[in-house]
Amino acid sequence: MEGQGVTADPQLQQFIEVESQKQRFQQLVHQMTEVCWEKCMDKPGPKLDSKTETCFVNCVERFIDTSQFILNRLEQTQRTRGSSSESMSD
Amino acid sequence: MDSFGSDFSSGAAGSGKMDTGMIMEQVKVQIAVANAQELLQRMTDKCFKKCIGKPGGTLDNSEQKCIAMCMDRYMDTWNTVSKAYNSRLQRERARI
Repeated sequence: MEGQGVTADPQLQQFIEVESQKQRFQQLVHQMTEVCWEKCMDKPGPKLDSKTETCFVNCVERFIDTSQFILNRLEQTQRTRGSSSESMSD
Repeated sequence: MDSFGSDFSSGAAGSGKMDTGMIMEQVKVQIAVANAQELLQRMTDKCFKKCIGKPGGTLDNSEQKCIAMCMDRYMDTWNTVSKAYNSRLQRERARI
């Protein structure tokens, strides 16, 4: 194997894929932390109480549910609507 | 000793491998730095909103204490969210 094009290196390719996936995860954690902080945190205290912690866990689950719901419904409306520009039901 | 010699040799394969390794390490560091910066930026934003009312001439003691607590709670939140998201991903993968 020539060390000519670094991009031809399969080791580097895999590295890029793995790191990209890690970054997508990190980015979502950043985003959900921000959103859920707004939803669940009142006044920051000396520790995280269980009610607030439960809220965070629920928040993450519902956020992902929302994301999936949106994708599924969009896919549905694309399918039933076809290519015509009818108004959206509901 | 042998690997050292081959790395510094003029062989294309040897020096190519060393460059790739260095690149990967540098990229990892840059990614870590970017993540830390992102975390700090959002934490600063959130804690400023929570702890600073009408901005005065300095940060008084209560504001400083609030910010310190807020930082710790934000980290707790980040860890909780990270764990919850990871669990959800595992569950989704197990379904497939």
